[in-house]
Amino acid sequence: MVPVAALRATPLHPVHRALGAKLVNFSGWEMPIQYSGILEEHRAVRTAAGLFDVSHMGEIEVSGPEAGALVDFVTTNHARKLHAGQAQYSGLLYEHGGFVDDILVHKVREDHYFVCVNAGNQEKDYEHIRAHNRFDAEVTFASDRFAQLAVQGPKALATLQKLTQVDLSTIRSYWFCDNHVAGASARIARTGYTGEDGFEIYIPPGDAERVWNELLRAGSEFGIRPCGLGARNTLRLEAKLALYGHEIDASITPLEAGLEWIVKVDKGEFVGRDALLRRKEKGVTRRLAGFEMQDRGIARDGYEVHLDGSPAGWVTSGSPSPALNKNIGLCYLPSDGAQIGRIIQIMIRSRPAGAVVVPTPFYQRAR
Amino acid sequence: MYPDNLRYTKEHEWVRLDGDTAVIGITDHAQQELGDIVYVDLPKQGVAVEQGKSLGTVESVKAVSDIYAPLSGEVIEINPLLADAPEKLNEDPHGEAWLVKIRLRAPAEAEKLMSAAEYQTYIGAEK
Repeated sequence: MVPVAALRATPLHPVHRALGAKLVNFSGWEMPIQYSGILEEHRAVRTAAGLFDVSHMGEIEVSGPEAGALVDFVTTNHARKLHAGQAQYSGLLYEHGGFVDDILVHKVREDHYFVCVNAGNQEKDYEHIRAHNRFDAEVTFASDRFAQLAVQGPKALATLQKLTQVDLSTIRSYWFCDNHVAGASARIARTGYTGEDGFEIYIPPGDAERVWNELLRAGSEFGIRPCGLGARNTLRLEAKLALYGHEIDASITPLEAGLEWIVKVDKGEFVGRDALLRRKEKGVTRRLAGFEMQDRGIARDGYEVHLDGSPAGWVTSGSPSPALNKNIGLCYLPSDGAQIGRIIQIMIRSRPAGAVVVPTPFYQRAR
Repeated sequence: MYPDNLRYTKEHEWVRLDGDTAVIGITDHAQQELGDIVYVDLPKQGVAVEQGKSLGTVESVKAVSDIYAPLSGEVIEINPLLADAPEKLNEDPHGEAWLVKIRLRAPAEAEKLMSAAEYQTYIGAEK
């Protein structure tokens, strides 16, 4: 037998087991895919609140006098425009314009940035940033110092508010503060990956179990549920949030992925900028499009997409949408074939099934 | 949990033999592993199925899985309940939510299937 590398686990692994979660290998981590059921957990987040253990996500810190210059050089969005206490979605690109990762950049202070990255990419991201560090800045791999919990849903604020002194209503979307949650020092960010209001909190791993339990207790009156990666995936898909390895990877640039809004070509030089400018000049030949199935069947990642009977693209993500009660998905299509209303065929096990290109996001919460 | 009057496959289907016909379903273990089932794709009446070959698919929110024919034969009936209520497969996989009924072509194939006790040992060992 070939020895299998042990799966990594978060500090909450025993808690997930005790809750009866179904555990799966996600990017080398043994993580809960579901507790009670994906549909139930999905609905809890849309109507009340859900609690996710996302401690597998990585954290990288950039500090020093030129921390902002380094972050701006390796990311696509305008990091130095951030105020202290503000966060932004951004991209780490290769020189050729493809994604190393998609990330959240938090500006803690003028000389301190905190970057949250995908679990499976964290070592690669760290090496990538270090390799481009020709600045007076220090890059630190900080994943071991943080557990991360996400409280998401219309009752997320009311739940978390019971456990912290900060007036959470004063934290705007994509802002954060450093304070305490249930006595644990915590970075509290009003961010998320579900399309709902909510918070992502970064805490010391040793406090994770206590804070997790306190959050479940605080949210019980609202019907909070522990939620796994299964619901996280259906929630992010309805909100059309990209997942690395699906909508984006090293072969996809932000221009194709509908993420031009995180590319600030006017901010000055950054890794991948020249490639993006060249591609823009030549014209972007394919685009990410959302679709709804018209025929029966569920499109899945990797299925071929046909236009007028010929192969034209591929599905990046597909699933039933619990909020819409339809089968939805995202796919890459030629730019001239991605218009809203266009009929496409998804090849489901060698049989074409009809679908139609629709506006995205599929789901948007009432504000 | 696993009725004694059913026979089981390693791919987690069950069979209830009745003379020269058999009713086919998926096991409770299968539905638990799949999670919320949202779609079932079954063959049409009259289609010939072959032991060990795919006879259709069952889809959960997360993934699609093949259903393998436990025995060879011709599909003579399809459970009409599942088109509109696939979630019944999560609720009553050994009863109300059977999948198809087939007329057997080679009844002796059933000897290869597991008893309830053997199946329980099998899924216990799989974990």
